Amino acid sequence: MANRVLTGTRFVHGDWACAEGAISAGCGYYAAYPITPATEIAERIAQRFPVLGGKFIQFEDEIGAIASVIGASFSGLKAMTATSGPGVSLMLENIGLAVMTEAPCVIVNVMRGGPSTGQPTMGAQGDVMQCRWGMHGDVETIALAPQSVQEMYDLTVEAFNLSEAYRTPVFLLSDANIGHLYERLTIPREEELTLVDRKRPTLPPSEYLPYRADESLVPPMASFGDGYRFYSTGLTHDEKGYPDMSVETQDKLVRRLCDKIRRNTDKITMVETLMTDDCEVLVVAYGIAARSAATAVKQARERGLKAGLLRLVSLWPFPDKLLEKMAEDAKAVIVAEMNYGQLVREVERAVKPKPVRFLPKLGENPHTPGEILEAIRRIDA
Amino acid sequence: MTEEMKHPLSDYLRMDRLPHIWCAGCGLGIILHSYVEAIQELSMDLDKIVTVSGIGCAGRASGYVNTDAFHTTHGRALPFATGISISRPDLKTVVISGDGDLFAIGGNHLIHAARRNVDMLVICSNNFNYGMTGAQYGPTTPLNTRTPTSPYGSIENPFNLVALVASSGATMVSRWTVYHVYHLKNAIKKGLQKKGFSFIEVISPCTTGFGRLNKQTPIEMMRQLRDNTKIMKVHPMEATIDPSTEIIIGDFVDVRKPTYGEILRELEAKAR
Amino acid sequence: MAKQRIKLIKQLCKGCGYCIEFCPNNVFEKSEEITERGVTPPRIKNPDKCTLCGLCTRLCPDFALIIEEDEGDG
Ligand SMILES: Cc1ncc(C[n+]2csc(CCOP(=O)(O)OP(=O)(O)O)c2C)c(N)n1
Ligand code: SF4
Ligand SMILES: [Mg+2]
Repeated sequence: MANRVLTGTRFVHGDWACAEGAISAGCGYYAAYPITPATEIAERIAQRFPVLGGKFIQFEDEIGAIASVIGASFSGLKAMTATSGPGVSLMLENIGLAVMTEAPCVIVNVMRGGPSTGQPTMGAQGDVMQCRWGMHGDVETIALAPQSVQEMYDLTVEAFNLSEAYRTPVFLLSDANIGHLYERLTIPREEELTLVDRKRPTLPPSEYLPYRADESLVPPMASFGDGYRFYSTGLTHDEKGYPDMSVETQDKLVRRLCDKIRRNTDKITMVETLMTDDCEVLVVAYGIAARSAATAVKQARERGLKAGLLRLVSLWPFPDKLLEKMAEDAKAVIVAEMNYGQLVREVERAVKPKPVRFLPKLGENPHTPGEILEAIRRIDA
Repeated sequence: MTEEMKHPLSDYLRMDRLPHIWCAGCGLGIILHSYVEAIQELSMDLDKIVTVSGIGCAGRASGYVNTDAFHTTHGRALPFATGISISRPDLKTVVISGDGDLFAIGGNHLIHAARRNVDMLVICSNNFNYGMTGAQYGPTTPLNTRTPTSPYGSIENPFNLVALVASSGATMVSRWTVYHVYHLKNAIKKGLQKKGFSFIEVISPCTTGFGRLNKQTPIEMMRQLRDNTKIMKVHPMEATIDPSTEIIIGDFVDVRKPTYGEILRELEAKAR
Repeated sequence: MAKQRIKLIKQLCKGCGYCIEFCPNNVFEKSEEITERGVTPPRIKNPDKCTLCGLCTRLCPDFALIIEEDEGDG
């Protein structure tokens, strides 16, 4: 039998790393429909899963893929799908079902230029708000944004852990630049990995209420075939899982679904900082754009400009408080992202009334360090 | 239900959810009855069955069965069930849903699940309309039928569900009505024991929707299912259906082909 | 062996009348009663004609007819 965790250092592309991250995390089910630039994840999984006993299926569309992922999740498997913006657009209704029924699963979006078919082979960061607000109703989302091939692996593992811990779908928001980038990847030894599994019921079936949560707000999860004979629905439901159209039940359920994530914003949040201690200009970036931003900040320092970088590794839930605190002593904030203005709105809201300068970027290439450096210089001048 | 007596099906139903939401005379309760009685007669382990449905009046069926059960989104019961069937081949995966759910919004999944021969039983309530949203015309509504969205009569040709499913690759295909309770129960029993994609179309009166539109009482609709049906052993393509004149019913297909899961397990054995 | 009989669970009945119409032995008739739900349930008019075939229990969409042991309370 082949090794599950391919410990060692290799030169691979981001999609490959993502697939191996999923396998290392214990993913047992993968369903998807081919789409550039995410297809290579499916290709790697299709190669590896039969040997490991994982279930790979190529669906007739992304709607089927995500619906089957939720079915597999309730069958007790860690489950994932990967796609790009157009596929996520098709999946949104069922991602809402995963939120509502509390199905742990991972959705990888290797972002490409949009809207519509846009630029299939070219990277972008235009789906940041889609994963936050695309589902109808009140929803909280968890999303992670890798900036390297190594993080495609590491954050895929982390995405599974968060989805299992909070019983909710988790997005990995990558983009074509990272998905198709070749870099060094180091996969740790199996025993070095920290893996999280969903909380299982401890009560006997006769006393189990599938949607009763303790103070963690996350209910223990039974799987099909375990003997719990639970019923689950996308309708508003009570603790038994039964449909209940009352105002009280809707209020209680939606608050719990949102609060289980909102209240843990600090725990979920992952950021990396670079020379922010005394910075006068705070640069905020994530994913591939953060790499240029880091270079720009270093170059600024070499020129005596007090710049610092806050790299958001997790985008959602948005760390409002952290942003506010980090920007406290800065003169201004610069946001560089590969779109025409998305996460910058969150930053503006969080750091108000600090001035925020936005650096948009459309069409494949991330900002150059020079472009970001120039923006830093202008503020300092 | 508050009655102190024990209902003979109380182990199989979620008695605390009865009476169900369906209208007086709606055939869905009869389909549900046939389903749980089939499980009872086969002495199947309720812990090893998963009942899945989509959205619609028929989609509520999963909520009354005392098995693991899931009420998915509109049209997506089949891919959801595929996820279960592949992940847990030891469980029996059953889908109960409506004609609109399975053949309109979910039609693409249906032909592909049949093509793959995913091991599951699909019970499709065909009431010739979208009952839950108020009896609009759908993919099974006979030509010229007046509905709220076809006030001049429907101008679309309906699907013949059994012909479509059989030609997509299903290994068991039947059509019965809720009047034919014994045949229906036997077909469900066969489907529960079958390995492979099994499909049972059940003609079922939507009394407040389709019935009211056609100025028929529930009893008249049931009489029609008795009087306008003909049991035949024919090729599904010849199993014609016109509710106002003649509906061919029967067991049309029963063949054995390797299921998706079986082929996958073979592939896994080879890959190792 | 204890005697069995058809029993109506009134609070489940929605008054569709299928039992009255389709019982092969004409065991049921319409009652004059109106239940809490506002429906007219059937009444068993010919208990002796019932062969306990069970068709009505299966055609009843509401699980309202069952065959139970007759405790002899009439
Ligand atoms: C995405 C989406 N579109 C539309 C609806 C509205 N809708 C609910 S049930 C239904 C039709 C169900 O028809 P069918 O499957 O035939 O079930 P029936 O009610 O007739 O039993 C529709 C259109 C929905 N719930 N979701
Ligand atoms: S609307 Fe039609 S299908 Fe829906 S419960 Fe009423 S009779 Fe049944
Ligand atoms: Mg219908």
